[in-house]
Amino acid sequence: MARPTTETVAVRLLLVAVALAFLALFLVMPLVIVFQQALEKGLGAYLAAVREPNALAALRLTLLTAAIAVPANLLFGLAASWAIARFEFPGRSVLLTLIDLPFAISPVISGLIFILLFGRQGWLGPWLDAHDVNVVFAVPGIVLATVFVTFPFVARELIPVMQAQGRDEEEAAVVLGASGWQVFQRVTLPNVKWGLLYGVILCNARAMGEFGAVSVVSGHIRGLTNTLPLHVEILYNEYQFQAAFAVASLLALLALVTLMAKSVVEWREKATGGEGTEEPELDTERSAA
Amino acid sequence: MRMRHSVLPGFGLTLGFSLFYLCLVVLIPLAALALKAASFGWEAIWQATTAPRALASYRLTFGASLAAALVNAVFGLVVAWVLVRYPFPGRRVVDALVDLPFALPTAVAGIALTSLYAETGWLGRPLASLGLKVAFTPIGVGVALTFIGLPFVVRTLQPVLEALDPEVEEAAASLGASRAQAVLRVVLPAIAPAWLTGTSLSFARALGEYGSVVFISGNMPMKTEIAPLVIMTKLEQYDHAGATAIAVTLLVASFLLLGAINLLQSWSARRGALE
Repeated sequence: MARPTTETVAVRLLLVAVALAFLALFLVMPLVIVFQQALEKGLGAYLAAVREPNALAALRLTLLTAAIAVPANLLFGLAASWAIARFEFPGRSVLLTLIDLPFAISPVISGLIFILLFGRQGWLGPWLDAHDVNVVFAVPGIVLATVFVTFPFVARELIPVMQAQGRDEEEAAVVLGASGWQVFQRVTLPNVKWGLLYGVILCNARAMGEFGAVSVVSGHIRGLTNTLPLHVEILYNEYQFQAAFAVASLLALLALVTLMAKSVVEWREKATGGEGTEEPELDTERSAA
Repeated sequence: MRMRHSVLPGFGLTLGFSLFYLCLVVLIPLAALALKAASFGWEAIWQATTAPRALASYRLTFGASLAAALVNAVFGLVVAWVLVRYPFPGRRVVDALVDLPFALPTAVAGIALTSLYAETGWLGRPLASLGLKVAFTPIGVGVALTFIGLPFVVRTLQPVLEALDPEVEEAAASLGASRAQAVLRVVLPAIAPAWLTGTSLSFARALGEYGSVVFISGNMPMKTEIAPLVIMTKLEQYDHAGATAIAVTLLVASFLLLGAINLLQSWSARRGALE
């Protein structure tokens, strides 16, 4: 007697319906309401909220923060993955664990750390005061907190990709006389570019969207130390709901672009992975942020 | 001591830079937190950690995080199963959408969920007519934490489900197992470690979550105030000792949890290697 190796059609339909209903409730509706509320009073009100000087200042600060945090963590990600995926040394697994640390820390605590270091009652507070340098409640604090929060993203993406790639091709290039920089540029980079791009995309999304850590160190000075997510909070708490959602819709668009880019990168990764000699075993848990 | 000599250059430079940057950005600031906590003295730390308002916030944070993780365990499994096993139109879009909570800034998620579940909102109004208030109650906190944690369960389960060998299920069927028996006794045990890992990751993430919760919780002390918000409030009152005390409690909890998750993952890797 043949026993079934899959579920009956009725069970399948039921499970698909349950899954889609759950996702619609928890993912689609929050996304839809952002745009619905943003456009509730028409396109004119939407554009006015987005073009308002404080919103533009917040946008500029968000872009500036990401423009510092992402390249800094990109450089670290490249260096760390070269050291970890290409060499064996004692303490390698400890280093891997330490790289993940910021993921385990609540955003509010990430901000608190910098208050304790640079705040008025902090370790370096008196010295900074004497030299008239502001870190906390100023732009440097926002940048530092963002760098901390987005620290692991590029390294976390790149290390498994580089480990899967193996070092044979690079060793061959060195033996054939290529310099270190040539090896990196011509062999390593083309092989890992999709994983690298994916890490940068995730890092950027978090850098632009970080709320808790930045909220602690920012001081919420309008036009000066407000990033886009903080601007959303201020507008919302002032009951300017339409304006809050209009600004939030910019961040929601960023999230949608991030998701699309991620899908494209994954698709490219699969496409190029098939051509290689080695089957890249990509770490699929890597998006655990 | 290097295990194997490599012809590749750049070891000293890249490792040196990595360690320097790691110390500068992560380790020194974290050490500052630990030293600062010690400098306040045990008495002050203990008092702030065990104040009634702090205890109430731990109860809410841990309770709501656990509830959200359990909801995600059930529905995350269904979502992962459907995405891996059943082809349906639009599956790739749905699959991409699962990562939305990773990509959407938490503040945006927070205000969106609040206006959905407020008593005048799309979901809040029908729920209110059933006598269920969600926004500004602990249930609202659970809803936000469910949103935040969902991808962890789905993304941890998906690769394991994909890697399951269909021959094992076929063998169970040919040996006379019904489909329900095959799923319960063959499939579920094989994915159990990953399922538990995903659920714990979702719980761990929920413990520290701030942005998506502060809007929907209403932030009433002793009732709907989560632990990260107590830290925030104490900082605004310049009570650095109190803020640090609660931060250390929360940090120790998340580190212990992640340590346990690491053990779990090595257990599931060993199981995978045996099969």
